[in-house]
Amino acid sequence: MSVNTEKNSYTVVFAVLMVIVVGSLLAFLASALKPKVDENQRFEKQQNILYAMGVNDNEGEGSVNFVPTSEVESEFSKYIKEQLVIEGSEAKEKDNAYLIDMKKQLSTIKSGGNAELPLLIGEKDGKEYYIIPLYGKGLWDAIWGFMSVDENMVVQGVFFDHKGETPGLGANINQRFFMDDFVGESIMDGNSYAGIAVAKGNGDPLNENKDDNEVDALAGATITGNGVTAMIKDALKLYKPYLETIRKK
Amino acid sequence: MALLSKKDTNLILDPLADNNPITIQVLGICSALAITAELKASVVMAISVLFVLGVGNVVISLLRNIIPAKIRIIVQLVVVAALVIIVDQVLKAFAYELSKTLSVFVGLIITNCIIMGRFEAFALGNGPWKSFLDGIGNALGYGVILVIVGFFRELLGSGTLFGFKVLGDPVAKTGLYALGYENNGFMIIPPAALIVVGIIIWVQRSKNRALIEEA
Repeated sequence: MSVNTEKNSYTVVFAVLMVIVVGSLLAFLASALKPKVDENQRFEKQQNILYAMGVNDNEGEGSVNFVPTSEVESEFSKYIKEQLVIEGSEAKEKDNAYLIDMKKQLSTIKSGGNAELPLLIGEKDGKEYYIIPLYGKGLWDAIWGFMSVDENMVVQGVFFDHKGETPGLGANINQRFFMDDFVGESIMDGNSYAGIAVAKGNGDPLNENKDDNEVDALAGATITGNGVTAMIKDALKLYKPYLETIRKK
Repeated sequence: MALLSKKDTNLILDPLADNNPITIQVLGICSALAITAELKASVVMAISVLFVLGVGNVVISLLRNIIPAKIRIIVQLVVVAALVIIVDQVLKAFAYELSKTLSVFVGLIITNCIIMGRFEAFALGNGPWKSFLDGIGNALGYGVILVIVGFFRELLGSGTLFGFKVLGDPVAKTGLYALGYENNGFMIIPPAALIVVGIIIWVQRSKNRALIEEA
């Protein structure tokens, strides 16, 4: 017996069945893979944090290589000494503070609520690193990252990433030639927190001048660059009270 | 008996050259423009389209006798969207690094006219095996153009291939850059892809005059 596929009732039944089948298939897949995906995201965050404090496998000039996923957990607990949550100039210890979602915290602050601001303290070769999470927006979508500073407020390393910046243009914020420029820049201008601006045509493409609070911009990615500048400024505004307590005058 | 009959072979080979989805049918141009600034992205996109089109064509072909004609486009969309989500999720779980490169482009697969075009024009009227070959052929034809465009854009625009500096270091002025070569910034913006695709179309038609339409 052949079915009359032209009938309205058949069409409706087919549509409903299709939605149920496809929907449950995708829901099953998503929930089955969720633990694996969460774990990947956690490892990625640990890798990014370690990268920002200079613990990585970079070889040669062009590569951005993280600590391998298999070792990242042990390396993370080896280098990260303290995980804090900042409230004003006070800091409380908190387990797994690095998992706090900055996007949520920033929107809490915007709506006037009390946010938890994570800050990590790492130690490598006897030197302390204060690692600040960053979150902002680029041209198309979110950009984020981590920045580590020492007690003189000199940047020791950064890591940037993005959700949907243009490949070959804004997407290059996660490339070595851009991120390495930040190392050695001070976030202070005299006694005020100036941040680091991504500047066009500053006549310093090799970034030899480390006192100008500027790094050379990416060609063709003005808005992403401005986003990075704003993201650093915004984070400093929030962390300033605490940073003041650790800053060597 | 050969694995593929002559007709089957043509299903795969035709879209590679004389019936290429991009250069002859002029489909899928939008994604070809958007993602070909880097060779790696081109290759990853080509592979994902290969999966989505290959499997999607088979699914649509299997369902072809029970899909109500009135909602067939919606059914096709649901199949593409579901496959794309599966690709994305599986990559996120098992190839996380790759999925980050891909995630921007995955959405573009859904809007790729080649896929809906093959579902509509081929899979709805042919058996699963033929549809599979047709899907693979068309995805390969699409991928070939993507890789060619990506190759030229990354090489001329950034002086790299797969991220490796092949022309020397532009900042330290080594290799070709020592001779005064400069990266062509125009190549990394989307309009450059249009020009590269145009040149491929031109070359292809001057090689095979039969492809030129009567004026």
